[in-house]
Amino acid sequence: MTTTRALPPATQNDDLRAHLPAIEPDRTITDWGRSERLEGLVDATLYSFLYHYWFRCEVEGIENVPSTGGAMLVANHAGALPPDASMIAKAIQEEHPRPRKLHLTVEHFFKGYPFFSMFVAKIGGVPAHPANVQRLLDDEQQLVLVFPEGAKATEKLYKDRYKLRRFGRGGFVEAAMRAGVPIVPIAVVGAEEAMPTFAHVGLLKRLTGLIYFPVTPLFPHFGLLGAVYLPAKFKLRFLEPVRTERMGAAPWDDKGLVQEVAGDIRARIQDELVDMVGRRRSVWFG
Amino acid sequence: MGRRVLITGLSTYWGGRLAQALEREESVDVIVGVSPDDPTCELTRTEYVRVGTQHALLARIVQAAAIDTVIDTRLVVDSIAAPPRAAHENNVIGTMNIVAACGGPDSPVRKFVFKSSAHFYGCERDDPAFFTERMRRPHPPRTPIEEDIVEAERAVRAFDERNRDVAVTVLRFANGLGPDISTSHTALLSLPVVPAILGFDPRYQFIHEDDIVGVLAHVAVNDLPGVYNAAGDGVLVLSEVASLLGKPLAPLLPPWGTGVAAAALRRAGVRIPPEMLQQLRYGRALDNRALKAAGYAFRATSRETVQAFAEHLRTRKLRATPGAGYQYEREVEEFLRWSPAVRGDDRLGLGRLTRDQLAELARALDSLEARPARLAPRGTASGSTLRTGSPSSSGGAADAELAAEP
Repeated sequence: MTTTRALPPATQNDDLRAHLPAIEPDRTITDWGRSERLEGLVDATLYSFLYHYWFRCEVEGIENVPSTGGAMLVANHAGALPPDASMIAKAIQEEHPRPRKLHLTVEHFFKGYPFFSMFVAKIGGVPAHPANVQRLLDDEQQLVLVFPEGAKATEKLYKDRYKLRRFGRGGFVEAAMRAGVPIVPIAVVGAEEAMPTFAHVGLLKRLTGLIYFPVTPLFPHFGLLGAVYLPAKFKLRFLEPVRTERMGAAPWDDKGLVQEVAGDIRARIQDELVDMVGRRRSVWFG
Repeated sequence: MGRRVLITGLSTYWGGRLAQALEREESVDVIVGVSPDDPTCELTRTEYVRVGTQHALLARIVQAAAIDTVIDTRLVVDSIAAPPRAAHENNVIGTMNIVAACGGPDSPVRKFVFKSSAHFYGCERDDPAFFTERMRRPHPPRTPIEEDIVEAERAVRAFDERNRDVAVTVLRFANGLGPDISTSHTALLSLPVVPAILGFDPRYQFIHEDDIVGVLAHVAVNDLPGVYNAAGDGVLVLSEVASLLGKPLAPLLPPWGTGVAAAALRRAGVRIPPEMLQQLRYGRALDNRALKAAGYAFRATSRETVQAFAEHLRTRKLRATPGAGYQYEREVEEFLRWSPAVRGDDRLGLGRLTRDQLAELARALDSLEARPARLAPRGTASGSTLRTGSPSSSGGAADAELAAEP
């Protein structure tokens, strides 16, 4: 592409929020491709069952999730087919005084892989593009869940459980700063044991085109049964929000500050995990 | 003084519709349309010159008619509309020639509007969910038509940089839909089932054909330099489109080896061009807020566009009237525009003058004592129109000009 100063871009200075499309009440699918119907069905059946009976989720600090305005939720991530995102979403639905929809950022991989592509977007997955996060947080004032570790966390082996990986390049902090929304860190215990990965099969990964091909307690030897989680006890702790709007003008330009905030959040989640795992007597009963 | 507009691609659907829309605009004085083929719709005051994209000829037309606004509607953005070589010739070489004809130190052109397409952004796995005007293409073009569009826009950008006193507008349109246009998408959605790629339900956004014309006319009349996305509000998914049309979604294409399957479908008469395959897989949506902020109000959302199209599909057999198409006849058009019999009394354009001006003119003529009979000012003074005789006008130019009288 030409790198020279392009055509003067259309005016972007005035607030474009007023020009967001109106909600069309006849539709059950949002502009992001999220289907109320499918999501409601999954929520009422699978998520409810997992949340109440299988993982028996215990939630602390739900009041740290704001009831209005945009907010970025940041959590640790684990499991070959990670159940943590749906449980965080369900926790907000169940425990919060004002239940709100949560948008989960997912790898671009899911948009390109058949069937995943259809379902992930319908149950609230949004590709983790900075522009998408910006639009959701700033323009639409929504809740967005981000896993800064990304696939590095879900592919890690059982022996490395509860050791946080690198928090990306701090892009999530930058996005929250630009939108001027708080960051709510979340520590999740249980997901590591629900579907632990013992090894990876490189050849099958390449053949199937998946992001990784794991060996879990039930996969691949039991086929589709491999999607069954082990009934680990889940604990979710929502931590005190980090206020990005009080960090001065254009804090995102200060890369040092961005890295500092990102490192800080990572350390807080790690400390909390150590504390929670330390108190836990049994993986299955908490 | 009103605008003097040149429309390229007058014979295309968009050129013709835009000319019709501008004919209704009082702020537009002159409309000149150029294209290598005859116009395909009825026009009253648009002047038509049959010329290709030779820049020397275009430059002469622009100079002679003192054109201040050029609207280029000629870009081919659908690879079933023209064979690749012809499309390239038109899109890349044609754009180069047209901007060459509009540039230069003594050019009267002050505004250049370029109709482009959302294919500029392409369609890939790691695209943002909504493209804004500031975003650049994340990947190099994949299909010939995208390559053409990117290259044409590059020529327009270069023109913009070299001619800072010309306001350049680039409009990137989403997939158009409507009863009168025919694109690869209208063909696809007219099939008894809506073909899809197995395992994908892409996001789709449409713009109604009337909105495409509306946006072009809006930009022609208002000065809005810069790039603007044009797409109806709301983003549908393909399964939603199918259900609005009342048709089943048929995953005819496999997720792997899609190109081969598309080639097989082509043999069966279903043409799915490569740029559309990308859209059927990944989908695409535009952020249209900048254009809304610039004062354009869309008449239809994406959903309403599809609903209107569904209605058209249900009734098209009932409404089909054979042989009703418009046929351009040069002699007839020239007679209607230039014959004194049609133009009648108003050859001097007196219909545009105000009553006071006419009265003053009459007084001036009185004092000269040279009063040609057909300019008799008696009727004028009493307030009736200047058209005293009854010109055997069969509509057309004379009526349009007289209608402009306050």
